[in-house]
Amino acid sequence: MIQFEKFTLENGLRVVVHPDESTPMVVVNVIYDVGARDENPEKTGFAHLFEHLMFGGSINIPEYDEPLQMAGGENNAFTTNDLTNYYCQLPAENIETAFWLESDRMLSLAFDNKSLEVQRKVVCEEFKEHYINKPYGDVGHKMRELAYTAHPYKWMTIGKELKHVEDATLQDVKDFFYKHYTPINAILVVAGKITVEEVKALANKWFGPIPSGTKYNRQLPVEPPQTAPRSMEMKANVPLDALFKSWHIYSRLDKRYYVTDLITEILSGGGSSRLYQALVKEKQLFSSIDCSHYGSSDAGLLVIEGKLVKGVSMKDAEEALNIEIEKLQSEGISELELQKVKNKTESMMAFEDMSVMNRASSLAIYELLGDADLINKELERYHAVSSEELMNESRVIFNENNCNTLYYYAAS
Amino acid sequence: MIDRTSAPFIKDAIEFDLKLKPYQKLVLNNGVEVYAIDAGEQELLQLEIVFYAGNSYEKNKGVALATNFMLKNGTSNKSAFQINEHFEYYGAYCNRFCYNETAVLSLHTLNKHLNVLLPVMREMITDAAFPESELDIFKQNSQQKLQVNLKKCDFVANRLIDAYLFGEEHPYGKYLSAENYQALSTDQLKEHFQQYYVNGRAVIFVAGKLPADLFEQLNQQFGDLAITKNGQSLPAQQLVAAVQKKQHISNDPTGVQAAIRIARPFPNRHHPDFMNVMVLNTVFGGFFGSRLMSNIREDKGYTYGIHSYVQNHIQESAWMISTEAGKDVSEATVTEVYNEMALLRNTLIDEEELLLVRNYMIGSILGDLDGPFQIIGRWKNIILNDLDEQYFYDSIKVIKTISAEELKALAEKYLKPEDFYELVVI
Repeated sequence: MIQFEKFTLENGLRVVVHPDESTPMVVVNVIYDVGARDENPEKTGFAHLFEHLMFGGSINIPEYDEPLQMAGGENNAFTTNDLTNYYCQLPAENIETAFWLESDRMLSLAFDNKSLEVQRKVVCEEFKEHYINKPYGDVGHKMRELAYTAHPYKWMTIGKELKHVEDATLQDVKDFFYKHYTPINAILVVAGKITVEEVKALANKWFGPIPSGTKYNRQLPVEPPQTAPRSMEMKANVPLDALFKSWHIYSRLDKRYYVTDLITEILSGGGSSRLYQALVKEKQLFSSIDCSHYGSSDAGLLVIEGKLVKGVSMKDAEEALNIEIEKLQSEGISELELQKVKNKTESMMAFEDMSVMNRASSLAIYELLGDADLINKELERYHAVSSEELMNESRVIFNENNCNTLYYYAAS
Repeated sequence: MIDRTSAPFIKDAIEFDLKLKPYQKLVLNNGVEVYAIDAGEQELLQLEIVFYAGNSYEKNKGVALATNFMLKNGTSNKSAFQINEHFEYYGAYCNRFCYNETAVLSLHTLNKHLNVLLPVMREMITDAAFPESELDIFKQNSQQKLQVNLKKCDFVANRLIDAYLFGEEHPYGKYLSAENYQALSTDQLKEHFQQYYVNGRAVIFVAGKLPADLFEQLNQQFGDLAITKNGQSLPAQQLVAAVQKKQHISNDPTGVQAAIRIARPFPNRHHPDFMNVMVLNTVFGGFFGSRLMSNIREDKGYTYGIHSYVQNHIQESAWMISTEAGKDVSEATVTEVYNEMALLRNTLIDEEELLLVRNYMIGSILGDLDGPFQIIGRWKNIILNDLDEQYFYDSIKVIKTISAEELKALAEKYLKPEDFYELVVI
């Protein structure tokens, strides 16, 4: 059970406090309700580029990192298709430094041209390092484009192309800031060696005077149900053929999300999982195979990706994969297998919760989804999943008409 | 109105009194030592059995790695699948890691399942079977994975720079080819297993909210084994560094980035300069606010990240600068690295920057000592490097007190371009 308290400032900033006396540190986590899905399709990658600019100085403080490091702190941030999260950890005695820094960059940025110029380059190098200069680096991008026709999940957080990042202007930066980086669109989580009263006083002092801003009203294009299978072939300078398949699943708050999550565990969550045992160990058609899902707020994808053993045909590999999926659909799973994935989930959560930084960001993400207390309800929801539900849901998800396939061939 | 232009009062982190929580030491019936940290809120633990069975001890390349990997791939009574299913059913993680000197079998589990997991770990380290069929799959899939990795400039660069520093036959410099994987045999693995696991030397580290009967459980499962506290001594290693110091490799004609590695030999933790250089390294390239990051990323935008570090080796080490930079700015990046070395050699670090680095390092250690796994990690490093807790407290003292003059002298001694190997892989 993770204890916390919530309150809201007059300007609409939601605050969650999670006291933990056992650590000498505090974590200050600010999440903004904006991600790559909120971008203009012609200016993708912007939410993430913006995250970099948040470290380029704010209205009253020329440098974010230096004062934090001087206070013995460390920080980082991440952007997803759904949200942008900033966190720092520092000795509890110096907590006010974090409030000073975080509130000033919520108040306003320095909007410095040099910072924009440099960070455009840095993000382009990040793009190259992770998505261009790497075998199979373009797959995530292609899979999204194949599976989504309308919803902005069709581009990746890093952006659709380098050019979008290169073309970003200071005016874009300002517009984005005033639209999304306001108290009404943010959540502050403070965790560690601190009391609720202390956080109340500090939050009111530093964040209280910031104008509320306008609530961002998200209206995204809805992805129409897929009605026929889609596929695509690619050839690239890679050593091995690879197969990528994806299916549309459910939004994060849907009850069936938990069923889907357990399906991915059944299929590839370890050395005794079905796909690994059947396709890598027994039939030796794949040298590696993995099943995962986006975990996104809006309806995401369940993805299976495997690299073929040299000499195996794509057709044989795909057929064998389909047999495993059909087995799940027709025979379901044993109670022992269900218990196994539930036990794994329980243990995974316990290990994740050891870190106060993880607890802080989880609380922020759950509060953004609607209720921080979801953090304490998750396990129960996993436990409630039955083997019947799992079998039924596997029939719905792994429907041919819901499937997208990417055949990735090694150019010989 | 509050004043947002001046920073709130801070307590300098160097005023913090850092304490490394002491371990409890237990000795099993066969003399094997167990180092334990009892801390944390959750009812879970991490157990590591560290064998002196790393690649320094192998007779043929890849044998230590394959032996370690295949501990989990079958015993005379259980198949690989059954072993995996057992751990996974209880939501536990059993992993293995092979390093230069040591090879580890680890367990992460909720305390309530410990008693059904330890017997299987015992089985793995006494009765691993190394089935032919399992080795064949390992060889095939490792070679395929290698083929993919060899397309990556960073992977290629990491292998080559170590080979330049230590030589291709040295445990720290050698790397595996497809042929090395292909040549592995179950007999080689069984021999390594018998010598370095079954009759080898081991030490155990455990951390978490420890159950009251932990010692009894460990003694019951591992206290009667032939493993001991003392084992075979490390085979003598011949260090043969490369003659040619600058290398440019073309790995992928379509590559858009260059992997840059610039490195020099450096002594191990017992050398009097070691902990002093940790501070200089932090200034140079050891954190986000470092000289290298500030210049090459935050001012010029040549890279997503650039770091310097001293390799974590027990015998001899190396000081390394590592980055992936745009292909067209790779030469400029190399030049800037040397410029930053020159600056540290020629100019005293100012007190403000030095205080920031001291505070950052102390704050970072304070945050890093938070939690049982982090604490045992510190201890493990100390014990495996044959140091004691004084090393921890001396390091803290150095961070708090080392002077700009001392740092400049170290830069003059160690940051000399002619001592460095330089590698660019595109």
